[in-house]
Order: sequence, then C-alpha cells, then structure tokens
Amino acid sequence: MNAGAETGTAPPLNETQAAPAPRALPPFIQRLKNPAIAALFPLAVVVFWHFATYGRKFSLIPPPSDVAIELYDMAFGGVWDDAFSQTLHIHLLASLSRVYGGFAMACAVALPLGLMIGRLPFVRQLLDPTFQVLRPIPVTAWLPLAMIIFGLGPRSAVFLVFLGAFYPVLINTIFGVRSVDPRLFEAASMLGCEGTAQFFKVVLPASLPAIFTGLRLGLGFAWVVIVVGEMTGVQTGLGAIIMEARQLSRTEIVIGGMIVIGIAGFISDRIVMWLGRRLLRWSPNNV
Amino acid sequence: MSEATVPILELKGLTKQFEFNGDRIDALRDANLRVNKGEFVCLIGASGCGKSTLLRIVAGFETATRGSALMWDRPIEGPAPDRGMVFQDYGLFPWLSVRKNIGFGPSSRGRPSAEIKDTVDRFIELVGLQRFADAYPHQLSGGMKQRVAIARVLANDAEIVLMDEPFGALDAMTRERLQDELLDIWQRTGLTVLFVTHSIEEAIFLADRVVVMSPGPGRIDSQMQITLPRPRDVVASDFNDIRRELSLRLHSHHARKAA
Repeated sequence: MNAGAETGTAPPLNETQAAPAPRALPPFIQRLKNPAIAALFPLAVVVFWHFATYGRKFSLIPPPSDVAIELYDMAFGGVWDDAFSQTLHIHLLASLSRVYGGFAMACAVALPLGLMIGRLPFVRQLLDPTFQVLRPIPVTAWLPLAMIIFGLGPRSAVFLVFLGAFYPVLINTIFGVRSVDPRLFEAASMLGCEGTAQFFKVVLPASLPAIFTGLRLGLGFAWVVIVVGEMTGVQTGLGAIIMEARQLSRTEIVIGGMIVIGIAGFISDRIVMWLGRRLLRWSPNNV
Repeated sequence: MSEATVPILELKGLTKQFEFNGDRIDALRDANLRVNKGEFVCLIGASGCGKSTLLRIVAGFETATRGSALMWDRPIEGPAPDRGMVFQDYGLFPWLSVRKNIGFGPSSRGRPSAEIKDTVDRFIELVGLQRFADAYPHQLSGGMKQRVAIARVLANDAEIVLMDEPFGALDAMTRERLQDELLDIWQRTGLTVLFVTHSIEEAIFLADRVVVMSPGPGRIDSQMQITLPRPRDVVASDFNDIRRELSLRLHSHHARKAA
C-alpha cells in the first residue's frame, strides 16, 4: 500500500552498476553484466532440473529439453503435429485480451472511484466500509458466483481479472489522493487555483506515483487470476491449455504454459514501468 | 507621498483560539498591526507567540476567532493571489519544472501563454535561475527552491509577500545570500513584505520595522522602527545596540514567566 516506501527502497539494488570494474570492460559487456547476473539463478535451476529428471523413465516431471521442444512445437509446429501444435499464439492472444480487457475495465471503474473516495467525504462514508469488507474475499471464491452470473466461459474469466486488478488500483488511488501534502493545496489556492481546478492541477499529478504502483500491482494480479479464470469452461487461453494438458498428463505443456505466462506477465509489467518512468520523471522516488 | 500612510494591511483586535483537550488556548490575542505599502515588517518571537498564526490568517489559510484582518480596507476572505506565501518547506509542486512552478499562478488565472512566458522569463532572471529553468524541484538545493518559491509569488502579482521563516532550513551562507537577494528584489519592486523569523539578527538586517511578539497567550508586545541605512552591517555597534535592546525585550518574557 505504501507506494513511496516501496519505490524509495528500490534504488540501492541498482547500485551494483556503480561499482568500479577492476579492469575496464568494453561497454557492451558492461551493459550485459546485470542481465547476466540475473540469468545465473534460473540457469542453475534449469541445470538442477535437467540432472534431476533427464533419462529417468518414470519421472513425472519432464526434463527441460522436453519442455523446450514442446514450446517450440506449440509456437511453430512441425514436431508432434498434435492438437497443441502451432496453437500458442491463439491461447496467448486470448489470455492477453482477457487480461488487458479486464484490467482496462478495472481501471475504468477503480480510478474514478478511488479519486472520489479519496476526495469526497460523502462517497468515502458511503462506499469505503463496503469495499473494506469485500476486499479480503479471495478472487477465486468469486468463481462459482461469477459462473452463475456470467455463465461458463470467458466472460467469467474477464470478470475475475477485473476483480483481481480492481482492488490494488482502487486502494492505491485512494492512498495517493489522501496523502497529498496539504501544503500543496495551500500553495495552489494562494496562487489562484481553487475548486475543481485544484483537482486536476494538484490532486491528480500528486497522486500519480501511488496510482502507478496500483496499476503495476493490478496488472500483476490480473495475470495471476487469468489462469484460475480460464481453468473452467474456457476453450482457449493459457490457463485452459494448462488445465487440458494436466488432464492428458502432458506435464511439459503445463510447464511450457507456466513459462509463457511468466514471460508475458514480466513484459507487461515492464511496459507499465516504462510508461511510469516517462510520466514520473519529476519524482525523486522514481526508479 | 500620501500612499505611504494608507495601510495595505490592517489587523484589529485579531484573536485566534484553539480547542485543546477541552481547553481554549489563545494562540493569538488582540493583535493590532498596520502595515504600509512598500514596508518590510519582521515578526519575531519565541515559538508559540502566534507569529505563524498571524501570518496564516493574513494568508487566508485560517480564520480569526475575533477581530478583523483588512487588506486595502476590505476583509480578508480566504487565500488570494494578492497575498503570496513563501513557506519554510517551499511548497513547490514537485511534478512541475522551475518554469512551470513559477508560471503556475498566471496559468491558473488564465493568462495568455505569451504573457506567461514573458512573466516567467522575467522572474527566473530576477532570482538568477536561468540555468535551472527546466529542472524539477528535487534536483535543486534548498536555496534554489526558495528562490523559485519567491519568484512564484512575485510572478503572480502578489502585493504583499508573507514569509514564514523562509530561510530557517538553509545553511548560514545561503541564508545570508538570500537575505541580500530578497532585499534587492524588495527595493527594486516596491513590494510589501511581512516576514516571520526567530532570528533577531535577521529581523534587524531586513526590516523597516520589527514587531516583537510574546507567547502564552500569543500577542504583540512592542514594535521598533529600524532606521539604520542599508546595506546594514551586522557587526556595527549601532546594529548591536538594537540587537541588545530587542534581545532584552524578547527575553523579559521568559524572565517574567520564570519568576
């Protein structure tokens, strides 16, 4: 919830860049240093995974090479030519559209609502207690109800994504609006900026860092929830193939699907971060 | 010459009470003060003497419990651009560049953009921040931030500048330089300044008139006209005479309270 504290602690992590190299390395190697360090741990995991599973006939977990081949087949086909071949883009697109659709709807509702709850005492008194009670209900607990209301199928999944993204965006928006330095309202009003103009010229920009934290968290949750949402009664989507593959004991597809979700979630987080960095260049807490 | 006798600001019987644990505390009691146009007035006093409260009532951030605060004979109702406040903690908009911070007032009041640009350029130059026009506040030193804050109220046509210990958070060197710069701006623009400080030296160095306030309840104790020619020498003997006299007046309250 605390946007400032979270981003405020981030910079020291990057200070490894500042450490002077004993011998000057070419710049392109310098630039590859951090990604290289980041790749060390996953690489170790893959190596361990390989030796733990490769060549064991009755291993329930396939070795990484099997997963890689399966991923290649799902993406481009030409290896197994089964029901999963060359279907990755369909599932990925389906999940992407649900994630971003549900996320966009969550933003469309949570942002204005958060701004109002943060700013207007009456709306706060009216709605805040209700949201406080609804918030602890896990998104997955909504699944049966969602299926009754929206029917079996992708609409339930989108609804769950909506719910998953809704609260982080809402809570952080409220927090952002409520923690605007009162001094800035004084400054604005003595300079002739009052009423609704203050909302757009002070409240909105001042709460933008917290709102962005909410967007990042919300999108993260959207990716978590999409898999649950697609696991029942949906034909397409990464969650759907994971579920289907599980029933067929095609564990390499399950793991492949997990990897794709991880990468897709990572990239979409990077996009929000990049956007935030551009919009929040003014912020001393900007990472 | 008649203008000098018309008060730009007049406070009559100004009283501010706060509720504190069910008790009524007088933060300010029966303050009477006239400030003439173009005058530089310093309020000094220990903490709790109501000097900041007085300033905030003039700014329109707080309302008086009793009494009246008049600007050009009209009651003060809320904050307005004719009274610009410079805060100790700057109060700059962190998401706006120096240029946009200074232009905030004019643009809020719907001035045409060409005029805003002219105004902003003029005041950026006045406070010497040309090189930092596009920097954000967090990239500036405290002294630079305070220059921006001063330029911001000047660019907004403030007639009276209210300064609440504006240099209190700055180091001594920066503080002295900004005092000089402020005097220079004041002399060039014919502003009226109401300046709160707890430094006797700062008050004597800057002011035409020093208003001594005393705590518990906060009230105006006495006033002293400073007639030393400017620029003032803070180690001159006549400067020290005034310093001793003001110090005596300030500390007499402590003695009285202790007794």
